[in-house]
Parts: sequence; structure tokens; C-alpha cells
Amino acid sequence: MKWVGRIIMILYGLLVAAPLYFVVVSSFKTSQAFYANPLGWPDTWSLQNFIHIFDAQPMLQYFWNSARVTLFTVVIVLFLGSLISYAIVRLGGRWGKFAFAYFVAGLIIPSQVIMLPLYSLVRQLGWSDSLTALTVVTAAGLLPLTVFTLTGFMEMLSKEMMEAGSMDGAGEWKIYWRLVLPLSGPSLSATAAFLFVMVWNDLLIPLMLLNSTEKLTLPLALMQFRGEYVTDYTMLLTGVVITALPMVILFVFLQRFFVTGLTAGSVKG
Amino acid sequence: MINRKLLWLFMLPGILLYTGLFVYPALSGLFYSFTNWDGVSPSYNFVGIDNYKDSFDSITFRKAFLNNIKFMVVVVVLQTVISLVLALVLAKNSRTHVVFRALYFFPAILSSVSVGLIWSFIYDPSIGLLNMSLQSAGLDSLMGSWTGDAKIALYAIAFVQIWAHAGQMMIIFIAGLHAIPGELMEAARIDGANRLQIFGKITWPLLAPSAAIVISYTTIQSFKAFDLIFVMTDGGPNYATEILTTYIYHLAFSNYSFGLASAGSMIFLVLLGILTFFQFRALRQEGARG
Repeated sequence: MKWVGRIIMILYGLLVAAPLYFVVVSSFKTSQAFYANPLGWPDTWSLQNFIHIFDAQPMLQYFWNSARVTLFTVVIVLFLGSLISYAIVRLGGRWGKFAFAYFVAGLIIPSQVIMLPLYSLVRQLGWSDSLTALTVVTAAGLLPLTVFTLTGFMEMLSKEMMEAGSMDGAGEWKIYWRLVLPLSGPSLSATAAFLFVMVWNDLLIPLMLLNSTEKLTLPLALMQFRGEYVTDYTMLLTGVVITALPMVILFVFLQRFFVTGLTAGSVKG
Repeated sequence: MINRKLLWLFMLPGILLYTGLFVYPALSGLFYSFTNWDGVSPSYNFVGIDNYKDSFDSITFRKAFLNNIKFMVVVVVLQTVISLVLALVLAKNSRTHVVFRALYFFPAILSSVSVGLIWSFIYDPSIGLLNMSLQSAGLDSLMGSWTGDAKIALYAIAFVQIWAHAGQMMIIFIAGLHAIPGELMEAARIDGANRLQIFGKITWPLLAPSAAIVISYTTIQSFKAFDLIFVMTDGGPNYATEILTTYIYHLAFSNYSFGLASAGSMIFLVLLGILTFFQFRALRQEGARG
């Protein structure tokens, strides 16, 4: 039986690795080399595509846009979300439940349902084509999931401990900042990982809210590449490799972080 | 002492952000679904429930709805089975297994745009990896137009969806497998049970909670799929891969039928709500049983 398992393991491993490997290898071929020999090992490893893409496209700008939006969105959501979760847990009772329900109800509403009115609202507010608007809008949409997850965790913290802190003269802010937040570390980092991947890879909201080239995030830029490099597959794949690189690097180093976060996120979401 | 006023102040920024940029748009979506707004002009008319009637009558809507169901069913069944098999294969915590788990999980962190482009490339009829490999293996007859053929395009994309997420679901099953007490398995083995019996009587029932999570997450994720289809086929060829989310998007941004699209998204919301409700019930039952 063991060898059946081994065969499956290797076959599926090939299934996952082959496309990735193929994409990476192809990006090192020039267009002619690729068309001449699509499946083979490159005769010469050319960096031409990489040089060209950094030349022709503001790659660093795209990367910076994605990084900015993702970082600020995650920080905002975690901060506001943890404040809300803390308040919900501290308030308890009817009001706590009501606030919780209000936020968690948003989990049922997928982004596709609000994308149209959101689009027109943003236009009416004059916020089109703004990375700040994108950050704020994305943060709003991720509050339900964050509040749901963090509240679930904070509920398990000892209420007596918080009361004790309050007895010692600490105000709500102190209890939150010095006591609850540090203890929520694991939950916060798992949620951060999940949020990070979601925001970094988001297509729909940036697609609707951003227009000009300087503002594009990496997924959007990639979609644009497809239009530009319609017949130049090697260039397109180079774009894919470069835009995936930050995530890959993070994954290699923080693997456990991602796996826990995304798994926890799928359990809750 | 609980400072209730301060606690409400804590919640205020979040409440404002959430209400203004999420709740309000959701409610105005409902409002617009009863109008014939095109998304641009300052004026529009109320059309009552005409948009809803038109949606149900629309051939495109029906096609999108059917595709949505087909896509969802294929992805849920195959992804669950595949991730379970993978979890069983990689259950033990050996070095090799941990490496392979990471490999299988990896596609889940790529953006669907990247995944869509990678597989559009592989599926390319003339120089894509798939057809080229089939050709060099002498299996020319199996070559096809993977995303260009209306009959198989939807399934071709379903395969990609599974490729990208099976590894992620596998981790959930592995966690579930690890939660099964080893003594149980040992006792069964001592009692003479063979592999199949152990799986059927012990493993599978105890995995029910994990299965429920995998199935519900996959159902909702595949029902909402947008990015992958948008990138690979944009609903084509000829609406063969159009699902509800792309249908809504096209109505709004290609046809300027905001009102109709809003009605579509409300219907979508209700369908998703029904799905979620049944998932919840199934999860609750599994939890109660297990």
C-alpha cells in the first residue's frame, strides 16, 4: 500500500511543480528561443525579459503600490478590528451581542454584491483612482471577518484578569493595549497572514477603483501585461514570476505563519 | 469598572468605516435594483421588480446560474476527494511529507491572476505545456482547445481552481487526522481490523467536522469565483464559462445596466445566503454528532 501512496505523492507533486517550473524556466528564454523549443531546457539563460520588463514597466511602482495598500489596510483593519472585538468582549450582554451581530452580518455579503454601488459611491465622492481610497474601502470590507476571528479569540481570555486590571486602576485603553492585545498575539498574527494574502492578491476592488498606470497594484498590472504582451508569452511569464516573487520569498521564510493563517481563515470564513 | 462610553468610542471609527463603505453600499445596491439606472447618468426611473423578472427570464442569467452550479459541484466533489487523499498520503510528520505539504499548499498564496495566466499559458492550443507534452508523447489525438472549446472550458477552469486550492484544504484534513487519538487506531489494529475497516469505521466518522469545513469553504469559494474565470476566459467562449459574478460584472461595466446588475447581485446574495444556511446546518449537525 505504501508505494501507492508514494506514487500519488510524486505524481501530484509533479502536477503542482511542473507548471511552476515551466513558467520560471520560460521566463529565462527569449521569445524566439521559446517558440523554437517550447518544452526544452533553455540553450542560453537570457535575462533579457527581466531587464526589458523593468525598463518598459514601472515594476517598482507597482510593487510599492501593492505594498503600501496591503500594509496600511492590514494595520488599519487589525487596529480597528481589535478595538471593536475588545469592546464587544468587555461590554458583553445585549449591546455586545448586537455590535457583534452587526459586524458579522457583513460576512454573508460577498464583494461582488457591493462592488457596483461601491464603485458609484467612490466616484461620487471623487475618490476614483486613489490608493488611499482603495486602502480604506478594502479595510471596511475586511472588518467583518477580522472582528469575527478576533472576538472569538478574545472571548476565551479571562474576564477576571481584565477586571483585576481595572481594579488596579487601569483604564480601558491600558487594559486593551497592555493586557489584551499582547495576549492576542497568535490570533492577530494568524489573521494578519490571512488578510495580507487576501489584500495583496485582490483583483476585483482595485480593478474597479484604479485607472491610471502609476496607481496599479501588481495583480492589475499583470492583467494589463496580458493585453500588452499578447503574443510574447515569455515576457508575460516574466511578469508573472516577478509579481509572484515577493509572496514566494515571504512564503519560504514565514511558511508556518501562512499555513496557520490561511487555514484558520478558511475555518472561520 | 467598565467604562461603557469609552468602549463605544473604541468601536466608533470601525463602525463609521464599516457603515459608510460597506453597509451603505450594500443597501444602496438593494435600492438600485429597483431602478433602471445605467450607472452614469444622473437620472433614472423606478421599475419595481421588473429587473428581477427580467433576470429570471434572461437566457444569459440562466446560463450563468447553471454554469455556477456545475462549476461548484465539480470543484467541491473533486477538491474534497483529492485533498482528503493527499492528506491521507501525507499524514505522517516526516521531513519529506512536510516539504511536500508546503509544495501542495503553495499555489494557494499566488494571486488568481497569476494562476489564471500560468494556466492560460499551459492551456494554449499551439504552444502551451499541455498540448506540447501530449504531442511529444505521441498522444496528438488528445490535444484540444482547453479554454476555447465551449464544452470543456468550464471544466478546464474548474481543474485549475482545484489545483490552486486542494493543498490548502489538505492541511485542514491533516489537522483533522492528527486529532484522531492514536490509541483508537492501535486498538482497532490489535482487534484485527484491516485498513479499509479502520478508515470506514474510525477515520471517516471522526473526520466529519474537517470534511464539513472543507466542503463548506470550497462551496462558498467556488460559488463566488470571479478572478480565475475573469482572467482566463472572461465568461467566454459564448458564455460557456459565464457564472453569476462575471454576469453581474458584465451587465454593469459592459452593458451599463446597473439596475439590472444590482438585481442580479441581490439574487446572488440570496442564493449565497441559502447555501451558507445549509452549510451552517450541516456543520452544526456534524459538530453535534462528532
